[in-house]
Amino acid sequence: MLYREAGQFKASYAEDSQIFPIRQDKIGFWLLMLAFGVAVPLLANEYWLKAILIPVLIFSLAAIGLNILTGYAGQLSLGSAAFMAVGAFAAYNFILRIEGMPFLVAIILAGLTAALVGILFGLPSLRIKGFYLAVATLAAQFFIVWALVKFPWFSNNSSSGVVTAQDVTILGYTFATPEAKYVLTFLIVAFMALLAKNMVRSSTGRAWMAVRDMDVAAQVIGFRLMRTKLLAFAVSSFYCGVAGALYAYTYIGTVEPEGFNLDLSFKILFMIIIGGVGSIMGSFLGAAFIVLLPIFLDNFVPMIFGDSLGAGFVSNFQLIVFGGLIIFFLIVEPHGLARLWQIAKEKLRLWPFPH
Amino acid sequence: MARQIGDVIVDLQNISLRFGGVKALTDISFDVREHEVRSIIGPNGAGKSSMLNVINGVYHPQEGQIFFKGALRPKMEPHEAAEQGIARTFQNIALFKGMTVLDNIMTGRNLKMKCNFLQHALYWGAAQKEEIAHRIKVEEVIEFLEIQDIRKTPVGRLPYGLQKRVELARALAAEPHILLLDEPMAGMNVEEKQDMCRFILDVNDHYGTTIVLIEHDMGVVMDISDRVVVLDYGKKIGDGVPEDVKNNPEVIKAYLGTSH
Repeated sequence: MLYREAGQFKASYAEDSQIFPIRQDKIGFWLLMLAFGVAVPLLANEYWLKAILIPVLIFSLAAIGLNILTGYAGQLSLGSAAFMAVGAFAAYNFILRIEGMPFLVAIILAGLTAALVGILFGLPSLRIKGFYLAVATLAAQFFIVWALVKFPWFSNNSSSGVVTAQDVTILGYTFATPEAKYVLTFLIVAFMALLAKNMVRSSTGRAWMAVRDMDVAAQVIGFRLMRTKLLAFAVSSFYCGVAGALYAYTYIGTVEPEGFNLDLSFKILFMIIIGGVGSIMGSFLGAAFIVLLPIFLDNFVPMIFGDSLGAGFVSNFQLIVFGGLIIFFLIVEPHGLARLWQIAKEKLRLWPFPH
Repeated sequence: MARQIGDVIVDLQNISLRFGGVKALTDISFDVREHEVRSIIGPNGAGKSSMLNVINGVYHPQEGQIFFKGALRPKMEPHEAAEQGIARTFQNIALFKGMTVLDNIMTGRNLKMKCNFLQHALYWGAAQKEEIAHRIKVEEVIEFLEIQDIRKTPVGRLPYGLQKRVELARALAAEPHILLLDEPMAGMNVEEKQDMCRFILDVNDHYGTTIVLIEHDMGVVMDISDRVVVLDYGKKIGDGVPEDVKNNPEVIKAYLGTSH
């Protein structure tokens, strides 16, 4: 009843092509932004900020990156974690080695470095597709982590390979508390999500989707395959790189190359599968789901079954649930939570009189 | 109604195309004049689609020359052909399944859009202005082909006949000089065919677009074509106005058949 678009007329093409053409969606969106931008940093405790909300935001950004490449441009990648590593270590080195490097500039440069590496490892996509491309990006995953370990210069000759992120300082203000770090992460992620949404709803995004859906036809109507695919790799890696830098600077603080392993790449891939392939909102839903699910299971399995099961069972149970869910989504709803949300909205428009 | 056939716009001379040992096209020459409806007919496997692929640069013939608007055309890639104003539809629908009708048609205008991805990312300003300017053009095509009611529908959900129409719309959105149509009426019922014929003739008449058409429905071909070229086993066996082709004994033997 509340979700009706009757009476909301579009009188111009600008109005018709808004991100949220329906008024209720727009209101809902701004309420959410207020909640997460203002209420959460004021109300949430340290545990929630540090262990849940900041990682959800950062993984959402990485998931957006992978979604641009895999969901929109149709190029399967298993190297997202490696591009995050590039971003994290690039930001570390830029701040370390260049005197007075502003934090935001370092983040952008880290993203650009990751973009360059992404273009390099995207070159095989010009000749190979699908499964074989996934294997080529797998090479990126292993090679980048190997290179970061092999050459101690990247970690400033730290004996363990672990680097500690410097303080985050913007215009003299140091983002030290979880609240401040959360707000900074939130602003960067929200801004970049908006840019991504804009790209995918304009000609750039149409080029990506055209290449994804049918590359021959895309070429015949004038898209250039090479340019389109490499742009997707570059933008995707930029997003992953910035996510990696934030991962180091506003989330865990100390990073090592091995932390950005294949497991993390798969985790990001699961985020977009569960959240929704080819959806910016789905990236957020998927990241939230994947971060929250283990915490949920940790707390609720012992509550239901008692402590008799032991910790080992709970962590294995998590894997079983993960695997089961991924199979479930692949079979039942390949477009993930984002699609379920859309279906719910379509139903809601008609409720309570569906006929 | 003042459609006038103009000069030769595409001139194909002695085209031969081989795939390994398979000769798809052998020594074929014909031309297409501006503003005309030129049909290519022939039995299955005659090389009709290969011919279109040669014209828009998907295939590169081993021998022969192509003159486009009087100038010798070097080996060109499909996107270059598109830049020169050649658009096409495919025998098996080649729409972008995951996108809406509107987005599909908007892709047809990609070559005319000049903003780069950074402008797209910032959106408000140049990119939005451009989007809207092109949306207006796209809406003209949508109106022309009478598909207003499905513009927000994902193409995967549409019935076959409408998908064919959307594909035509996408090609038209590019405002092409030459439109290559590969069996636009295959698998359609009579009404859908009539609609499609009307659209093709309207396009030809209204925009002056030159049309190269592959079609198996002889009634349609003979009705709407200005000239017809007939292929069989990669060779040209007939060329001329529909009347001549219809009475050409070789064409009758290879393709049309005789009534008993």
